[in-house]
Amino acid sequence: MIHTLTLTPPPPHRDTVLRYAGISPAAAYGDPSLPSLLEDCLSLAAEPSAFSVCYGVFPLRISGEDLDLGFATLSSADLLALWKDCRHVLAFAATVGLSFDRAVARAEAHSPTRALLLDALGSERVEALCDTFCQRMATQYASEGALLTPRFSPGYGDLPLSFQIPLFQALDCSRRIGLTLNQSLSMSPSKSVTAMVGIRYQSQ
Amino acid sequence: MNLLEYANQHLLYLDGGMGTLLQKAGLGPGELPERWNLSHPEVITKIHTDYLCAGSNVISTNTFGANLLKFTPEELDTVVGAAVENARRAQTAAGVPHPTWVALDIGPTGRMLAPYGDFDFEEAVATFAATVRLGVKHGVDLIFIETMSDSYETKAALLAAKENCDLPVFVSNAYGADGKLMTGASPAAMVALLEGMGADAIGVNCSLGPRALAPVVEEYLACASVPVLLKPNAGLPRANGQGETVYDVLPEDFAREVTALLQKGVRIAGGCCGTTPAYIRALTQAAAEIRPLPIVPKERTRISSYTHAVSFGDRPLLIGERINPTGKKRFKEALKAGDMDYLLKEGLAQEEAGVDILDVNVGLPDIDEVTLLTDAVCRLQAILDLPLQIDTADPVAMEKALRRYNGKALINSVNGKRESMDAVFPLAKKYGGVIIALTLDENGIPPTAEGRLAIAKKILAEAEAYGIPRHDLVFDPLALTVSADANAGIQTLTAVERITRELGCHTSLGVSNVSFGLPCRDAINSAYFAIALSKGLSAAIMNPYSTEMMKTYHAFCALYGRDENCASYIAFAERLPASSPVVGATATAPATVADTAASELQYAIGKGLKERAAEITSRLLGQKEPLQIVNEEIIPALNTVGVGFENKTVYLPQLLMSAEAAKAAFEVIKSALRDAPVAAKCCFILATVKGDIHDIGKNIVKLLLENYGFAVVDLGRDVPPEVIARETVARHAPLVGLSALMTTTVPAMEQTIALLRKEAPWCKIVVGGAVLNPEYAAAIGADCYAKDAMEGVRYAEAVHQSL
Repeated sequence: MIHTLTLTPPPPHRDTVLRYAGISPAAAYGDPSLPSLLEDCLSLAAEPSAFSVCYGVFPLRISGEDLDLGFATLSSADLLALWKDCRHVLAFAATVGLSFDRAVARAEAHSPTRALLLDALGSERVEALCDTFCQRMATQYASEGALLTPRFSPGYGDLPLSFQIPLFQALDCSRRIGLTLNQSLSMSPSKSVTAMVGIRYQSQ
Repeated sequence: MNLLEYANQHLLYLDGGMGTLLQKAGLGPGELPERWNLSHPEVITKIHTDYLCAGSNVISTNTFGANLLKFTPEELDTVVGAAVENARRAQTAAGVPHPTWVALDIGPTGRMLAPYGDFDFEEAVATFAATVRLGVKHGVDLIFIETMSDSYETKAALLAAKENCDLPVFVSNAYGADGKLMTGASPAAMVALLEGMGADAIGVNCSLGPRALAPVVEEYLACASVPVLLKPNAGLPRANGQGETVYDVLPEDFAREVTALLQKGVRIAGGCCGTTPAYIRALTQAAAEIRPLPIVPKERTRISSYTHAVSFGDRPLLIGERINPTGKKRFKEALKAGDMDYLLKEGLAQEEAGVDILDVNVGLPDIDEVTLLTDAVCRLQAILDLPLQIDTADPVAMEKALRRYNGKALINSVNGKRESMDAVFPLAKKYGGVIIALTLDENGIPPTAEGRLAIAKKILAEAEAYGIPRHDLVFDPLALTVSADANAGIQTLTAVERITRELGCHTSLGVSNVSFGLPCRDAINSAYFAIALSKGLSAAIMNPYSTEMMKTYHAFCALYGRDENCASYIAFAERLPASSPVVGATATAPATVADTAASELQYAIGKGLKERAAEITSRLLGQKEPLQIVNEEIIPALNTVGVGFENKTVYLPQLLMSAEAAKAAFEVIKSALRDAPVAAKCCFILATVKGDIHDIGKNIVKLLLENYGFAVVDLGRDVPPEVIARETVARHAPLVGLSALMTTTVPAMEQTIALLRKEAPWCKIVVGGAVLNPEYAAAIGADCYAKDAMEGVRYAEAVHQSL
């Protein structure tokens, strides 16, 4: 079954936002106007916001080169190596919602610098959301004696981006969290992540 | 029996969950449930039969995802046909004594509409229309649009239903725990939109259990004048440890909680995910003794945006008049050049100034108003959540804009002329909207209040004939120039008072007309505004940048008990400058040059100080020729920053801030050079290719190119190859820049380049974007790969030199 939950990641990490925007934190803090613009952008994320994640756990069957997840079969040497001792895979989709896309579009009309920083902030937020979710899952599985592999997304390594299609269907993303897939396989809202994590029980 | 008549007299019961039951019956993950209409008709018929036996009046066909995105046209016909057949068979099999109907179930497409997704609005309408037509063909009794989490997609679906059948249409939305749709709409906004378009019943389904949905349902009941429906989940799902999903609200609790809402006025009820025939049985039994509450017409004058509704009558509403090219040279130029950013900035500035509604008028003699108005509406509603007033005299432009508007619009305007009413009322009836009605007709504007009242009555009667309720009209009794006729002021004011009192309708005025030809117009306007407000004026089309008007407005609200604790007045007053005439004071303050840069202006641009760059430029204009400022100050400053960026001593955000500062300086120079614009360099066409909706990189390139004097034509994002080729040919542009962020859209870039080579062999093509590199760019036939915006500028400069 697919679960939906809302999570509140810790407050934005300024240096990460700056790096995503293409500037070293040292250079940014030494600039006469960037720090105040950054704070202004961060005020958009000042209220702790709850963002949505939907996820499901799927049994994994490995036969030869093929990885069978029940909803789709894929062949990926990278995932075969990563998941070789796993019997289950946790798949999830996370989004910080349309408000970041709207804020960026709004800023584009009057300040591209602001748009750049807000875009970076959105990227930082969705990564923070994924980290929060994965930590929570890691803690939960640790109590059952299981470890989670690093997260792996369609488009990484040899996992084709087109795996987004079965993944979206299996996770029922649009209905659960309002996350949709475009024809180009990009996602809307744009500040979103889909990924999979192998679950390895230590007894295995 | 007629469904709507029955629903008027009785509670109407819908069915419960379908998906959950199909999963239990063995539907695999990733399998399309709609195929089961053909492969397992007996399972589907049994579920329908069980719901009918449990007391459902309306069963929904198993067609939630039956649309052209998932099926070929032939398959879709077969699937919908089988689904209706299964439901009809269940009606016969159940043989229940209560009346029953079959609804064509329509769920969301799972795609996001443009601009934030890539699904075109008209494509969405066409997709829903195909399903609706098949439902009609196979003989359903009504259309049930459900689980919609986006207002715009809901509008597309309802429009498709209305344009393709005469059946009753029920519309149900899925709200999050925050009480909003996923794309932001409040219940009141949805009620305005859906009632305006003529939905027969509206309400809420899925997402949560009945108790959690209660606040949303109560807002529907408070706003709606049509029956409200409720189809909640059986609470929240969880795994029971045996690999099964269970829901946390049991049938009896579900029935009790839904019944509580029936007692508050809900007229139509059923269940969604996790509910079964047992839930519906429990509900019909628990509600057996309940007498449905009458549906009370709310008669509120309400418009909406994609987020919220705005009501006339709570406090006077301000309609910002600045998006209108009449008498504004710079605005006209921007519109003709297709520069939408100028219009968007006007929208943002008026929002900042505190307006409730934005008037949108782009009418110019030699302009394609039909295209431009829709474009303006779409661009504004993408970034602003204020309701829009669509202002045009062209009915074709009006229809196109109303169609694309994501809400219930204010329509400006109709008048008492037959031709005007014949053109505007059908549009208002179809798309919904509150209409500004001007009290003039074939004989002109009556000089007296009495005459204007008579026209208002005539307009009301005609609207009624179209089925447009009187609360969807707002009368504008026309402010006329008091300097031309001493009685003009008083007659209009009397008309405001009498329309309010005698007709019970709301009024609006374009206040500033009153002061034409007089000095110190603000004084007349604000005094007139104050008197009109005291006569009951509900809204004004006005200039929100006028401090006098805003003072009057806030003071009125405080004095008339429309501003609790004078809170908005105080907030407004705190934002006012200490004493008014300080303009110019800051401009003469010397800027401290703490750098070795050549001049103050170069320093300001180098450091990205936008306001200061503009101030210094206006000051320099008194001392130097405009072109001298450009060549001796702005360009050298930009070059220094550009070289710094290339040497990695200046970072991207700093490059951008400098570019913004330079742009601010250019704006000052442009307005000084009104009649002799700075000679631009050659035309540069810029676009993000088809399928790609990312444009932050492209916009950075645009800003820098503009700074370097190129006449940039920005075609936006997700642009088809044909459009790029057409514009390049039309402008004989020597340079085209294409951007793509996804590997999946590079083929579209390649197609665009191939088409350009054929149609516009003279042009040079430069490409950029995260997935490209020089080899890849060469392989798809581009002339140049630019790794960043500065490289793009350097290439453009080189091409320009060689022309």
